[in-house]
Amino acid sequence: MRSGLPLILAAALGLVVPAGAAPAEVVGVGSKSFTESYLLAEIAAQVLETAGEARVERRLGLGGTGITFRAVAHGSIDLYPEYTGTLARAILKDAAATSVPAIRARLQPLGLTVSDPLGFDNTYALGVREDLARRLGLRRISDLRDHPGLTAAFSSGFLEREDGWPGLRRHYGLALGDVRAIEHALAYQALASGRVDVIDIFSTDGRLTRPGIVVLEDDRDFFPAYAAVLLVRLEFTERFPRSWAALRAAMVGRIDQGTMARLNAAADLDGRSVREVAADFLGAPAAGDDGTLLARELARLTVEHLILVAVAVATATLVGIPLGILAARSTSLGQLELMAVGALQTVPALALLCFMIPLLGIGTVPSLVALFLYALLPIVRATYTGLATLDGRLLEIAGVLGLDGWRRLLRIELPLASISILAGVKTSAILTVGTATLAAFIGGGGYGTLIVRGLALDDVGTILAGAVPAAVMALLFHGLFELVDRLLVPRGLRLTLARPA
Amino acid sequence: MIAVLRATKRYGAITALEDVSLEARRGTTHVLLGSSGSGKSTLLRAILGLVPLDAGDVVVDGLPVTPASRRRLVGQVGYVVQEGGLYPHLTARDNVALPADAVGWPRPRTAERLDALTALVGLDEGALGRYPSQLSGGQRQRVGLMRALVLDPPLLLLDEPLAALDPIVRADLQGELRRLFAALGKTVLLVTHDVREAVLLGATITLLHRGRVVQQGAFADLARRPAQPFVSEFLGAQAPPPELRELL
Repeated sequence: MRSGLPLILAAALGLVVPAGAAPAEVVGVGSKSFTESYLLAEIAAQVLETAGEARVERRLGLGGTGITFRAVAHGSIDLYPEYTGTLARAILKDAAATSVPAIRARLQPLGLTVSDPLGFDNTYALGVREDLARRLGLRRISDLRDHPGLTAAFSSGFLEREDGWPGLRRHYGLALGDVRAIEHALAYQALASGRVDVIDIFSTDGRLTRPGIVVLEDDRDFFPAYAAVLLVRLEFTERFPRSWAALRAAMVGRIDQGTMARLNAAADLDGRSVREVAADFLGAPAAGDDGTLLARELARLTVEHLILVAVAVATATLVGIPLGILAARSTSLGQLELMAVGALQTVPALALLCFMIPLLGIGTVPSLVALFLYALLPIVRATYTGLATLDGRLLEIAGVLGLDGWRRLLRIELPLASISILAGVKTSAILTVGTATLAAFIGGGGYGTLIVRGLALDDVGTILAGAVPAAVMALLFHGLFELVDRLLVPRGLRLTLARPA
Repeated sequence: MIAVLRATKRYGAITALEDVSLEARRGTTHVLLGSSGSGKSTLLRAILGLVPLDAGDVVVDGLPVTPASRRRLVGQVGYVVQEGGLYPHLTARDNVALPADAVGWPRPRTAERLDALTALVGLDEGALGRYPSQLSGGQRQRVGLMRALVLDPPLLLLDEPLAALDPIVRADLQGELRRLFAALGKTVLLVTHDVREAVLLGATITLLHRGRVVQQGAFADLARRPAQPFVSEFLGAQAPPPELRELL
């Protein structure tokens, strides 16, 4: 045990050092984890690459608004696509600040600004089946008042938000007979099959480019404007004025409702890669073919994932074993400590990652800290249990033989508990391979990057491209620890196990 | 010399030892005899300073022993338990060498001592390289005895050392222990429930029952002048039945 751990750590550090050495001039481009955000961020990234002032670092598919805004506010990224309505309501918490100048004024003290609108609104809207619309003459939302017998299925967010169904119903005085909740991804099928008549949609949804669905006009201006803009750090606009100008030239006022819906459709419905769709929009050839790109990306993600797991588990082992020893030594302190480590485990992983952002920004470091905290419990518990359940008679004899304190711990207790301790480290490593996929939500990289992207693009292939290697890595770790067991568990103990008394 | 003076030990409502005194003279073997639960193992562990007494004293070579001062017994007392109490992760050789390592003996000295002890207890050379789980019960016991003797302590405490062995091996080892104790001239305190072992090995015997001393003396005293009916009862219970005695 004493000889094995430093080795693992050294190997892990050996991987970290070259990855950490990056050039100074870097622009970080972020996105939230849904198709439109990926596409806009990728377009921005390609424009920046063409401008050539700095290396572009893509941190795409960060979780929701909270994580992504914190990332730009703390300088972990320089820009990401956002919507005026979200800025006003969710970030600035001032429903009145909807105009671009008003938002700019409010963002300035935070060191942030926004571009002028890119040209489209992504807002809620109501959609009905085309044949039904023609038959009943439905064109505007107020037309629904004359048909209370229609059935509706809304996504749960829309059903509850004040700027969704509750407000809409009051604003228009609507009374639909049958309103139920539905998963957004299934709503279109439900509509097409005729099981429901009205659904909520996003106005730039790629599916709207296909026949069969009609968007009802918001004739009484209920839905707030969600104009797409780029949210950028002021510091970025000052350091890279040429890049900033190129971004505005390529994107501001260039993407209208129909264009955005077409781009979304190309990614969501035609299964084309985000990189390709973005390059098409810019009229540039896509860089490299997708096969080699994915292979290269997978190789990079594998290294990232390995580093996350190896460093987190190695440090958790170095800290966890002494904590386990401490817990076994002192009953009261031990119980307190086991409770604390156990409580850490109950914090949802995503929440823990989110808490890390104000302290450590986004990326590898906060991911490692969070993964380290999660990796701790199995190791501390296994060390504690291994030591606490040793044969008391054998420990007593050690004292009579003149082995006390440290010498008893090192020569007798730890070797006797080694099977249990190693089992804890193994469990921790395998769990961490899985947990590490969540690091992608705060830009920590690893296989989760593909899983998050696949979920956003509704692309099972991409999800599997991240999930399958993660499962394989878990199996490899399992195999690796079988070997470690052979090296570190004393032979006499393995013999004892092999032939039960 | 080992002396216990009016030792009392309670675990909650259970009395493990009540006003127990005994003396084991230098160079002789004293047996603590009793059935399980009589308090004989507790007494042995109290002598080693592993159990704090509620009242009374343990004196070894003129100095009191308590859990706080038990370290001074290292090298003074050898300790053997049932099945040898060997560490499963160490080979027989490493088990035996453990006390020598603990006091920092140089390797050659330990190796020399191991050779001498191997011959003394009659262990096959090959057994030293094996792990406890690869040894027979008798071999484990011999290794345990070697470990207790490595530092050549003047005192030897044995807690039911032969209880887990089958009858033939046990009888065999009882004979060997008798020879060994006579040859080494150590002060021995042996805990057992086996009357035959007590007769064979003990110059003097303390019979314990429910934490109290029932009678002390040579076996002949206990057999001929029992202090209580319990003495005869305990000794008689392990005597071979008349039918067997006739056949033998």
